[in-house]
Amino acid sequence: MSNKATNLLVPIISVILGLLVGAVIMLVSGYNPLEGYAALWNGIFGDMYTIGETIRQITPYLLAGLAVAFAFRSGLFNIGVEGQLIVGWFAAAYVGVAVELPKVIHLPLAIIAAAVAGALWGFVPGLLKAKFHVHEVIVTIMMNYIALHVTNALIRTVSEGGDRTENIFASASLRSEFLENLTEFSRLHYGIILALIMVGVMWFILEKTTLGFELKAVGFNQNASQYAGMNVNKNIILAMVISGAFAGMAGAMEALGTFEYVSSKGGFTGIGFDGIAVALLGMNTPLGVIFGATLFGSLKYGALNMPNAAGIPIEIVEIVIAVIIFFVASGYIIRLLLLRASAKKKEAK
Amino acid sequence: MEYVIEMLNIRKEFGTFVANDNITLQLQKGEIHALLGENGAGKSTLMNVLFGLYQPEGGEIRVRGKKVDIANPNIANELGIGMVHQHFMLVENFSVTENIILGSEPTKYGVTNKKDAAKKVQALSEKYALNVDPYAIIEDISVGMQQRVEILKTLYRGAEILIFDEPTASLTPQEITELIQIMKRLIAEGKSIILITHKLKEIMDVSDRVTVIRKGQGIGTVVTAETNPNDLASLMVGRQVEFTTVKGPAFPGEEILDIKDLVVQDYRGVEKVKSLNLNVRKGEIVGIAGIDGNGQSELIEAITGLRKVKSGTILINGKDVTNMKPRKVTESGVGHIPQDRHKHGLILDFPIGHNISLQTYYTKPISKSGIIDYSKINEKALQVIKDFDVRTQGPSELARSLSGGNQQKAIIGREVDRDPDLLIAALPTRGLDVGAIEFIHSRLIEQRDNGKAVLLISFELDEVMNVSDRIAVIHDGEIVDIVTPENTSEQQLGLLMAGHTSHAESQDLTKKGEDQHVE
Repeated sequence: MSNKATNLLVPIISVILGLLVGAVIMLVSGYNPLEGYAALWNGIFGDMYTIGETIRQITPYLLAGLAVAFAFRSGLFNIGVEGQLIVGWFAAAYVGVAVELPKVIHLPLAIIAAAVAGALWGFVPGLLKAKFHVHEVIVTIMMNYIALHVTNALIRTVSEGGDRTENIFASASLRSEFLENLTEFSRLHYGIILALIMVGVMWFILEKTTLGFELKAVGFNQNASQYAGMNVNKNIILAMVISGAFAGMAGAMEALGTFEYVSSKGGFTGIGFDGIAVALLGMNTPLGVIFGATLFGSLKYGALNMPNAAGIPIEIVEIVIAVIIFFVASGYIIRLLLLRASAKKKEAK
Repeated sequence: MEYVIEMLNIRKEFGTFVANDNITLQLQKGEIHALLGENGAGKSTLMNVLFGLYQPEGGEIRVRGKKVDIANPNIANELGIGMVHQHFMLVENFSVTENIILGSEPTKYGVTNKKDAAKKVQALSEKYALNVDPYAIIEDISVGMQQRVEILKTLYRGAEILIFDEPTASLTPQEITELIQIMKRLIAEGKSIILITHKLKEIMDVSDRVTVIRKGQGIGTVVTAETNPNDLASLMVGRQVEFTTVKGPAFPGEEILDIKDLVVQDYRGVEKVKSLNLNVRKGEIVGIAGIDGNGQSELIEAITGLRKVKSGTILINGKDVTNMKPRKVTESGVGHIPQDRHKHGLILDFPIGHNISLQTYYTKPISKSGIIDYSKINEKALQVIKDFDVRTQGPSELARSLSGGNQQKAIIGREVDRDPDLLIAALPTRGLDVGAIEFIHSRLIEQRDNGKAVLLISFELDEVMNVSDRIAVIHDGEIVDIVTPENTSEQQLGLLMAGHTSHAESQDLTKKGEDQHVE
């Protein structure tokens, strides 16, 4: 079998297998898989409204995926995307409610605030890793908790004891009448454009700049990078800072687009953690992240329709979605099985 | 004559690539049979077929006259075939015995019985005069000793046929001599040995017959006593090879590198370089001869900025570069061929083209204001690949998939192409075959003839003798003597490397001589 055919077959077979196993789970639980999948399909592509909402859901996944992928390419495992997203969300919302400025200043300022907050949250583990060899996984996990509770406390302070801020001023909003009209008044906002631009930015940094050359070199082999005169510590910190900035912008999508406020949270949003899966599904490449985020965002949003339209409880829905993603991620196993099958065929000849 | 192993017309393919094509190797009982070939000729593939790691596409294997199908290494073990790997497969913090029984631990009431195993190891060690302590921890014993543990491992499992894969690659000259004695003892006890190597000297010293393969093809088998290194080399490479490096006299000029009272510590704070003085001038090659671990690595790392200097100064072109960052040192006109090409020399997961620009990617014309022009990287790569005869599919091939010799040529190309005033070459020919060694030596000499200074670090005495204009002998972090190749011999160098000073011998032979005997 040619390489190209295998590359095309693997994702198709993965999805089909995932759907089949998901169907079995629905069957044994006493639900009709056909109805379930029809509901899933309609939940994603049913009408312009759901399409708009699906794309809206994809937007933060894109940026969270970029954040994880960027750190991975520099040899770092940023599990702190969740925390960086939360501080970014807060920072953007705070700038959005604290002042009222002309839109050309206010909106970029709010986005930049989110990026800076996320970058700062990435800087700390980067610095500790570079200077004291503290493993970034430990620090970023802990920074997630700090982010969650510090922002909750700040929200209470800002809202004078409430559990959410005021809505942001329109001048800081990413909302788009044009996109809303196009999609039957979904919450689709201009954030998707920013997210896609950031995909381009990540590609540009990695593939076109000396910085990207160094980051990838450090990611692959720190000894050889040091030998070649690169500042390994500087690159580790920079990688975490840029990764954190992407994550912070993912928070801005929620603050300035979807919700237009920030409320105190009982737990994590999950977007940052899903970003790890998005990045890995996309093999840590910018284009791959688009694929991963689309898959994740679509399934997550479409699944919401399954309890309503097909009467399948949300717990079963979550299992089914997890199974589909699991099979897509196990592309490696399917590739192996395909190879073995074609080898057998050769032997039989 | 009885053959213990016969590999007849073996063919092994990887996709469209034929790694072994019609190779025949017949091992007689009680002989040392050398398997000679360049890097990438297919020696390891052939041995992996014998060891059951690969299945051949054609040909057959017979053990003691009986056709066998070696589907996995366990079957090879049962047939009495043992392999002493080039890269030892030992658990560093386990004892010798624990390593030997690993995978087939003898048990008593369900508990590992190390005591009996240790006795058995001790007995084997005595039988073959290996002198291994069964209770020693691997990380505490020398490389030569670790290799003996590997040998014991095969003997413990009842191996009658031992395959040695490049056994001398990481040994000191003394350890090599000892290894040869061990191999001869094994033969005397009725074992048979296949020796994989590309070192002709060893083959002439130790083997009975030689099978030569070239580019995956079996060239033939010759009796060692009826051949000579020159013929073997031409059989292996397929053309005539120059052995003694051709070089004219040196015309040294002013000092390029000047090291004064250098003290360097290793990561534990132990002084590895102790008040070392050395200079290298324009137009000469200074070779540093010494046994591994006498401060060579720390010295190079200190010069190139990879390790902090405790005290002393390093001048390059009269400029103080002590404790400067690696990039500043590089930009002061230093090229560095590092001793470990996988750890320091290359980013194996980068394309070879990127690796060729690893020292210059940030400079014009490749980069302008932080943006890399990859077409320029490509151009440079094509030029270096051509100039330095790097055999590769092209600049975008991953460095990992090149053979060792071609990886090394790419590194040398990268460093020499920048035309540095001082070229530091650390073990530049380690693990390479004669063809590549010849090429690399001639490039070093060419640099010298172009008026550059070259500092060569090597553990191979003949390399130091052949290439250097002056030889600085390093022992325990100090330069104990500086000699010229014309006025010294390998024996004398060996003594110096072991810490005996030649001055002491010549000046006060009687008095110091006694002291040395006591040692």
